[in-house]
Amino acid sequence: MPRFLLNRFSQSIVLLVIVSIIGFTVLNLMPGGPLAQFGLDPGMTQKDIARLSEQLGLNRPLWNQYLDWAWRLIQGDWGHSYRDGSSVLTVIGRHLLATLLLMGTSTALAIAIGSWIGIRGATHRYSLFDYCATVGAMVALSVPTFWFGLIGIYIFTLKLGWVPAGNMYAIGDGSVLDYLHHLILPSLVLSLVHVAIWSRYMRTATLDALTQDFVKTARAKGVSERRILLKHVVGNALLPMITLAGVQLPSLLTGALVTETVFTWPGMGRLFLDSLGYSDYPVVMGLLIFSAILVVLGNLIADIVVAVVDPRIRLS
Amino acid sequence: MTEAQTASIYSRRSALQLMIAGAAGLAGSNLLGKPVLARTALAKPTGRVIVGLGQEPTVFNPLMAHIEVDDGVHFSVFDALFRIDPQGVIQPNLAVEVPNQKNGGISEDGLKWRIRLRDDAHWHDGKPFSAEDVKFTLELIMNPNFRSWRTAGHALVRDITVISPTEISWRMEEAFAPYLSFLTETFIVPKHILEKEANPNNAAFNQAPVGTGPFKWGQRVAGDHLELVANADYFGEGPHIERLVFKYIPDLTVLYTQFKSGDVDLVGQPYITADYYGEAKSLPNRVVTLVPKTSFESFYLNLERPQFTELAVREALYAAIDKDSIIQGLYYGVPTPTETFMPRQSLYFNANLPKHEFNLIRAGQILDKAGWAPGADGIRAKNGVRLSFANSTTSGDPLREQLQQFLQQTFAQLGIEMKISNLPAAVMWGEFWGESQFDSVVVGSSYLIGADPDVTNRLHSRSIRAKGGRGSNNAQYSNPEVDALLDKGARTFDSESRRAIYQRIQELVRRDLPFLPLYQVNVVQGTKKGISGVVPNGNTRTESWNALAWYWAS
Repeated sequence: MPRFLLNRFSQSIVLLVIVSIIGFTVLNLMPGGPLAQFGLDPGMTQKDIARLSEQLGLNRPLWNQYLDWAWRLIQGDWGHSYRDGSSVLTVIGRHLLATLLLMGTSTALAIAIGSWIGIRGATHRYSLFDYCATVGAMVALSVPTFWFGLIGIYIFTLKLGWVPAGNMYAIGDGSVLDYLHHLILPSLVLSLVHVAIWSRYMRTATLDALTQDFVKTARAKGVSERRILLKHVVGNALLPMITLAGVQLPSLLTGALVTETVFTWPGMGRLFLDSLGYSDYPVVMGLLIFSAILVVLGNLIADIVVAVVDPRIRLS
Repeated sequence: MTEAQTASIYSRRSALQLMIAGAAGLAGSNLLGKPVLARTALAKPTGRVIVGLGQEPTVFNPLMAHIEVDDGVHFSVFDALFRIDPQGVIQPNLAVEVPNQKNGGISEDGLKWRIRLRDDAHWHDGKPFSAEDVKFTLELIMNPNFRSWRTAGHALVRDITVISPTEISWRMEEAFAPYLSFLTETFIVPKHILEKEANPNNAAFNQAPVGTGPFKWGQRVAGDHLELVANADYFGEGPHIERLVFKYIPDLTVLYTQFKSGDVDLVGQPYITADYYGEAKSLPNRVVTLVPKTSFESFYLNLERPQFTELAVREALYAAIDKDSIIQGLYYGVPTPTETFMPRQSLYFNANLPKHEFNLIRAGQILDKAGWAPGADGIRAKNGVRLSFANSTTSGDPLREQLQQFLQQTFAQLGIEMKISNLPAAVMWGEFWGESQFDSVVVGSSYLIGADPDVTNRLHSRSIRAKGGRGSNNAQYSNPEVDALLDKGARTFDSESRRAIYQRIQELVRRDLPFLPLYQVNVVQGTKKGISGVVPNGNTRTESWNALAWYWAS
């Protein structure tokens, strides 16, 4: 195990370096840059822009900027946002909880509902339920989330008045009930897609498990279908799901770009979009490194959990 | 304080004129002061107004490089020496009078400035405001390590002297009249807080600003909203609302939806999108107003291209533009046709310019007369120059693309070939634009810095970058008379004399047509019925320039 971890750790460092170099380069190659927002300000002269560029160190060669950034990061300095001057970790911290709340809720919903649909679809293959679930999943996967979001707002806010049109809480309220009220629509919309993904995977995994020899043996021994399903099938079908959960884990903290924008949710996804829009390099790079670390961790955790749960697998 | 009172009466009178004219459509308040009809009823600030914004305000130190959406916070938390009213007249704010050559505030040669300041203004932490703060502010702007916003004008200031806590003077390197209006956007920051900071760029103040303004800093929830609270000790009139909230709603459809559902009391920048204008007007209990901005849209020409050197071609192209159809058909009737770069809310706007008339037959005649005859391919030509050119703008802007296609078709009827060649924003407005590498461009922008009519940067022959100049005269327009007038205007302080100068400039530019003016940009501002005192001011960049005067009618 320690050797496995050491291996993984060194692989991760290489990965982070590669990701950061690519990210930094692509970001800087993007036309515009952080000062483009002042380009059409009639009062800012070329001289003003040049001065800002020098103060921010943007006039240095790219490799120089990268090494400077990387060296500071190694020392624990993630830099400061160009937009509001706060440290990058502070900026990330401000948005983390909002995302965790939204993503946590919708992922929990998605796993519960998705698994149920998947298992039921597999055990009742080619039934009406299975067809509906399949078609529903295809629709949910192919229709863009912003459309679901806007339709949701139109129906449930404007027409029915049941839920608010976005935001995490009403200004001046902020009670638990108020948070929950605001959480309903965005988490449902977001979980739609995840339910679709989870149900498809779960269906396949369950079908796979159902055809295994141990299921036939159990049936031959006269074990009830219900017991077979709960004791033999679901446990085995959940194994590949652990890996899927590991892959999805980072999104718990990196957020949903579109849904957060439509529902005015002050989370990480929107922070990323905004920072990208303003070419706030330190924040974008910070988010990139942050999510890269999460991806590494998510996969690592999944591998360990699978090894613990499945005695056939040994980490070495 | 006599001068300040005089100014206040002046603005009240102009507000009344405005109301009578129905321009604002909002009765019952003066511009900067207490609601006229409820003078006694509003002793204590009450209620809350939520302003919805499509971009997030993030820069709270008003001297640092920032964008339009940050202005609402600056105007509410801070004060400048002066402020500009909706008619374009400069009024005193932290200063007790607007200096000019008559009252001795500005010397005859325009070089020596002397400003008298209020003695009753206080910072939100209770410390008195004084001339030292003004000196500190002007010096901080020029601090080479500080990430300042605009330095134009400030760079000319020398020998700042604090004469007394309520009086300050300085010398200008050269006479520069626009500086007065630049000072309406230069908010004064507290010396006693910022002087202690080693690095003003990352100061704690930048995240929790302290000003002298009508609202104090409350709290900010990043990515969501920020809240300001009434400053009960404000030296001026107001504020009347207890809380002013700026709420960030990135999706413009959702911004409008929240206005409709009542979650947002006032839709600020970037306002209601034009396609919702018709619907918004019919919403119950909402007031929807078209507010003029300083920017205008034009068909911008590169005068060094042989196709455009001749005035007749530019006149013919202008006559071939069907502005009405464009404004009504493409832009939902929101913008206002214009003949000039000067916004109509400006004191310097020339309303007597020749009116554009769409007339294809006349356009053809102009070209025929000038000798541009159709060639074998149907395209007009003269002396070997084909009347064919490219037109560029930001790619991915569907409205502008439709405008281009519309013009392309009209021009084709005249034997003029226009090729559409659009570029991504960053490429478009980089060297391609700045170094005049284009044939023609569809562009919307403001020519004014603040509300000052000086457009040297845009129209002076000294400002052509492609010819080694500094500025944004990318049409490469050169008219010695305009140059001379621009130089004169920048040195002239009296607003009546300046008005004559800039009106003449507009006449000349309208005649020469270095660009074909299409329309002045209006925005669709929405407010909930019941909020009074919201007066649009196209001479500022924000809807929240006078939040101190807002109040809920009971």
